[in-house]
Amino acid sequence: MSDLFADILIQFLNGLAGASSLFLVAAGLSLIFGVTRIVNFAHGALFMLGLYLAWSLIDLFGRSTLLGFWGGVLAAALCVGAIGVVIEIVVLRRIYKAPELFQLLATFALVLIIKDAVLFFWGAEELLGPRAPGLRGAVEIFGRRFPEYDLLLIAAGPLVLGLLWLLLHRTRYGIFVRAATQDREMLAALGTDERRLFTSVFFLGAFLAGLGGALQIPREPAQLSLDLAVISDAFVVVVVGGMGSIGGAFLAALLIAQAKALCIALGDVSMFGTVVSFSKLTLVVEFAIMAAVLVLRPWGLLGKPLALARGAGASAAPLDPPGPLFWPASFVVLVLLALAPLGGDRYLLVLMGDIAVFALFAVSLHFLMGPGGLVSFGHAAYFGLGSYAAALVFLRLDLPAEAALLAAPLAGGAAALLFGWFCVRLSGVYLAMLTLAFAQIAWSVVFQWNDATGGSNGLIGLWPAGALKDRTLYFWATLVLCAGGIFFLWRTVHAPFGLALRAARDQPMRAEAVGIDTRRVQWVAFALSGAFAGLAGGLFAFAKGSISPDTLGVARSVDGLAMVLLGGVQTLTGPVLGAAVFTWLQDEIARNTEYWRAILGFAILALVLAFPHGLGGALKRLRGAA
Amino acid sequence: MDRRHVLKIGGAAAAALAAPRAMAQAREPIRIGELNSYKVFAAFLEPYKKGMDLAVDEVNAAGGALGRPIEIVVRDDNGQPGDAVRLAEELLTRERVSMLMGTFASHVGLAVSSFAKERKVPFLASEPLSDKIVWEQGNRYTFRLRASTYMQTAMLVPDAVRVAKRRWAIVYPNYEYGQSATAAFKKLMLARQPNIEFVAEQAPPLGRIEAGPVAAALQAARPEAIFSSLFGPDLSRFVREGTTRGLFRNVEVFNLLAGEPEYLDPLLDEAPVGWYVTGYPWQDIKTPEHDRFLAAYQTKFRDYPRLGSVVGYAAVIGAAEAIRKAGSLEPEKIVDAMKGLAHSTPFGRIVYRTLDHQSTMGAYVGRIGLRNGKGVMTDWRYADGADYLPPDAEVRSLRPPE
Amino acid sequence: MTLLVAHGLRKAFGGVEAVVDVGFAVAPGEVVALIGPNGAGKSTCFNMLNGQLAPDGGTIRLGGENIAGRPPRAIARLGVGRTFQITATFASMRVRENVQAALQSFAGKSYGLWRSADTLYRDEALALLARVGMEDQAERPCGTLAYGDLKRVELAVALAGRPRLLLMDEPTAGMAPVERLALMALTASLARREQIGVLFTEHDMDTVFAHADRILVLDRGRLIAEGSPDAVRNDPTVRRVYLGAGTMYGEQA
Ligand SMILES: Nc1ncnc2c1ncn2[C@@H]1O[C@H](COP(=O)(O)OP(=O)(O)OP(=O)(O)O)[C@@H](O)[C@H]1O
Ligand SMILES: [Mg+2]
Repeated sequence: MSDLFADILIQFLNGLAGASSLFLVAAGLSLIFGVTRIVNFAHGALFMLGLYLAWSLIDLFGRSTLLGFWGGVLAAALCVGAIGVVIEIVVLRRIYKAPELFQLLATFALVLIIKDAVLFFWGAEELLGPRAPGLRGAVEIFGRRFPEYDLLLIAAGPLVLGLLWLLLHRTRYGIFVRAATQDREMLAALGTDERRLFTSVFFLGAFLAGLGGALQIPREPAQLSLDLAVISDAFVVVVVGGMGSIGGAFLAALLIAQAKALCIALGDVSMFGTVVSFSKLTLVVEFAIMAAVLVLRPWGLLGKPLALARGAGASAAPLDPPGPLFWPASFVVLVLLALAPLGGDRYLLVLMGDIAVFALFAVSLHFLMGPGGLVSFGHAAYFGLGSYAAALVFLRLDLPAEAALLAAPLAGGAAALLFGWFCVRLSGVYLAMLTLAFAQIAWSVVFQWNDATGGSNGLIGLWPAGALKDRTLYFWATLVLCAGGIFFLWRTVHAPFGLALRAARDQPMRAEAVGIDTRRVQWVAFALSGAFAGLAGGLFAFAKGSISPDTLGVARSVDGLAMVLLGGVQTLTGPVLGAAVFTWLQDEIARNTEYWRAILGFAILALVLAFPHGLGGALKRLRGAA
Repeated sequence: MDRRHVLKIGGAAAAALAAPRAMAQAREPIRIGELNSYKVFAAFLEPYKKGMDLAVDEVNAAGGALGRPIEIVVRDDNGQPGDAVRLAEELLTRERVSMLMGTFASHVGLAVSSFAKERKVPFLASEPLSDKIVWEQGNRYTFRLRASTYMQTAMLVPDAVRVAKRRWAIVYPNYEYGQSATAAFKKLMLARQPNIEFVAEQAPPLGRIEAGPVAAALQAARPEAIFSSLFGPDLSRFVREGTTRGLFRNVEVFNLLAGEPEYLDPLLDEAPVGWYVTGYPWQDIKTPEHDRFLAAYQTKFRDYPRLGSVVGYAAVIGAAEAIRKAGSLEPEKIVDAMKGLAHSTPFGRIVYRTLDHQSTMGAYVGRIGLRNGKGVMTDWRYADGADYLPPDAEVRSLRPPE
Repeated sequence: MTLLVAHGLRKAFGGVEAVVDVGFAVAPGEVVALIGPNGAGKSTCFNMLNGQLAPDGGTIRLGGENIAGRPPRAIARLGVGRTFQITATFASMRVRENVQAALQSFAGKSYGLWRSADTLYRDEALALLARVGMEDQAERPCGTLAYGDLKRVELAVALAGRPRLLLMDEPTAGMAPVERLALMALTASLARREQIGVLFTEHDMDTVFAHADRILVLDRGRLIAEGSPDAVRNDPTVRRVYLGAGTMYGEQA
């Protein structure tokens, strides 16, 4: 047997083991999305809980006995399933009627809470679990040692797939689940209790997440950053496979895990006179695959076009032009904000500058999400590329900050033009995930390209000279530009373009029939939105004096989503309110408390439950009632 | 209402025993702003916080600085440079701190150092390892406590040369720290062992290593030795997979940082015996400075110190010493005092070099062994940081002019 | 001069031959009904005519120009208005805004980023709504309208492009009988006054026979009869297709 063949075979087996692990997490997410249409951001947190619980329960039941180990794994998964039920009943059930994606905000809050809870109960140090009794060692395959436990994992994936298939295709319960996934009306016709179905699916999904976590115990330590790492993997698998398709998820897991194993196996390869490091590609390979799959197959490998849970525009109320007092009142608020730093509190100035930047960022995202109906999970890309463009013009071309700021909207807009061209061909969650894929690809380029972007360290020394060196003047400039950008986008929403954009969202077929090029309109919306996100990014860079790849990372995109959803998608002022409240809350809570993430999570959860139409929506109702 | 809710470090109870308390208490404390990613890197930073706590107690028990007690005002930057810079502003303007310290990840450290330069405030970067903080992107206001990536790599090189292996494989987390460590290692090794061959290189993403495929890929290259700069969960996964697969059999492994309790202890009885590592063998150090520190720490917290504890402790001591030496809270005076500042730490005496603001704090170099089912360092020696820095002329050429 | 000439239209969905070799013509000012049982292929014909679907074969000439396979927005701009079987309006907008959006699009103003859309073509929109009897509901959100009213809004929207040809897929479904006749009477008089060709489909035969100048009968994708209402009424094949339900033809009319 040749060495090369043995090496390839081993990597193939590694890929299979990885695929099983991926599939186990993704299956639950796919089920939950299919039935409830909830983008469950807390799925990774449930996985993490599964791993931690398994660690403790195995310890309790006896590390070295077969019963102790497997009993612990199963009990951990059941516990996580029960936690899923509690989450569904206590939180999500109350907000099913809220606008689409609003539930995502609730699950985002749960991520924060679960993370701090785990830190509180298990501590910060990573916890390496026991090896599985009886499967501690390795088997010899063509002279290579391969972990016995990985063989078990390789079998576990298809086994779970088979059991799920039987459940879905051979039981009455499965009929309901499939009906809910494929055809809502049919579900109603079957006359089933939707509440019980949702609760049980949450149990099953959470159980699978917990099981996926618990089964990793011999392979990786329990630690606090698993939740976010896993959620992005799981989403990619679910989307590549086709949302709601369990078989697709399995196929996608296989594809991604094998691609990763292949990249690692290739290592450094000399090509065209340079060395290409394939192992570095593992940073982004799943997102590259997702982008490619979605461009070629807009509903994933095995997915079907999804009927939206509710028509995107159907629930939206008319967006009336602002009343006669709105602009004067906004102007007064703006002047008051501008005067605030004269009190001499420099920190207030910095905080308000941040809020202004994030408000513009949130409004630019809302422009896409609200009137456009185009959800972007990767909006930070435009923000970050704007900030990098401004920084590079400032540092490399030695131009003043005032000039460099011009590059920010250009870069943001150009990136949005490029990415948007592909994205507008998709819809719903697929579109959102494609924006995420592009954002991650952009992020990985910025992260890797040490010579141009400073790599993971980023760029420093971005302090404007001249007039903008004065921080009060810089604040005013920020305020004017952000308010100007927000003003422009608001006008645009009420301009014919905004009307056309809303028309394309509400009823694309009708819009086309009256001569509107819906894709082009949405594409332009992408560019506009990206340009203003870029401007926000440029202002951010010179406010902080430094930037790093974080500026275009997932966390920033998620923050933007949280701001928009918190403020309410259906009002224009919502995102501004959301940005202000979110930034202020986070700052205030993080500075004053130790378990600030959990408290922030509870605060968001309280707001979610109290104002299911967002802060902007609540305000509007208040005005309406008065 | 206590709007600002300062997270006060330094228990009143401990201070109550100290005689000079009454006098020091009468005066407004000197505030030092500490920024760190307490939640993101909790495993390192919880002990770090305790170390600071202990140091504040000791400093204040000894009369504080300039006749005033010191107080550390702590802020969590959430691992985001943008947040760190905003909070740095808050510490300066609202909390009126006299200097800044802290930060964990290099990009956050660099962001704060750039801020410190702009605002002309002293910044003691306690933990970030990036060489750039004191070299390519160094500035007048920034000082760094820990031995840098370059220094710690250099500390492993003598042994790496001594084992006389030709075929080396390298694995590192794919970001600046891992890249710098790898670059430094290759450069230093090539200089001393020109026939060295680097047969494989794996750069898994930080925190997301696919340990099975990585171990198999390294194995396929048949290395005689491995240089790794993995740490944390990546290290645990790599060790377990590599051990199961027999990757480390008859292979010498060198791993930066793996001897630090933060990363060694989670491995429990699977700690890879025989690896060459840098770290902190707290159980076995028998110097007066360390004995005192260990006893005080264990009394106060009923826990053993991690490396983070030493870093947090030494950073606070350094800050207090700088203020004492400056005799004033004027930023420029503190900066001048930091240059060449020498003080004692649990690792012995260190000096903040005038040349590049790097402290000479070293690290312990040794091999991993097992004792009572736990990983420990054996055959260790203390490598003084001063001995593992490039020649002055080279350093001078790296640093931008002030 | 004929306005629209379709020739040899074909469309299949997988194995289902929805439309097979269908050809017909519509003259300006002429009101033509396309009838047939459920699944006969009527909507599919409409969808090919307005570009929603690309035909598998055949030509569609509008004023001499072959428009087969062009996108709906291009065909709309050539003067083809349409209403949908399942009403398609912009639910989040007010009734007036629905019409304004169409007017602004046809005027090429959809990329205006600054000027307020609220006043742009407001009067024209109100005038169109007055024509279909919806002026007093102009400010209601579309999402809250009754089905019959939505149909009228659709007609106003379809008229916004000053169409030469109007395609109406079941324009009166869901309306009360009186409303129904009124709407078709309105459409027919508009067609005649402004020389708009109208092609409509309808399950209610009273409406069909009251207003159509000519009737096309489709069954299982094929055109089985064509001619004046009287001729079609007496066509034996048509009678068979409609299961001999003679009363459906409104012989009482
Ligand atoms: N998108 C599609 N995919 C597959 N089959 C289709 C599609 N659209 C229509 N069909 C099929 O084509 C045939 C004709 O459908 P069409 O909707 O044109 O009929 P119709 O005459 O409008 O019927 P109705 O009176 O019910 O509206 C039917 O058999 C239908 O099932
Ligand atoms: Mg039809």
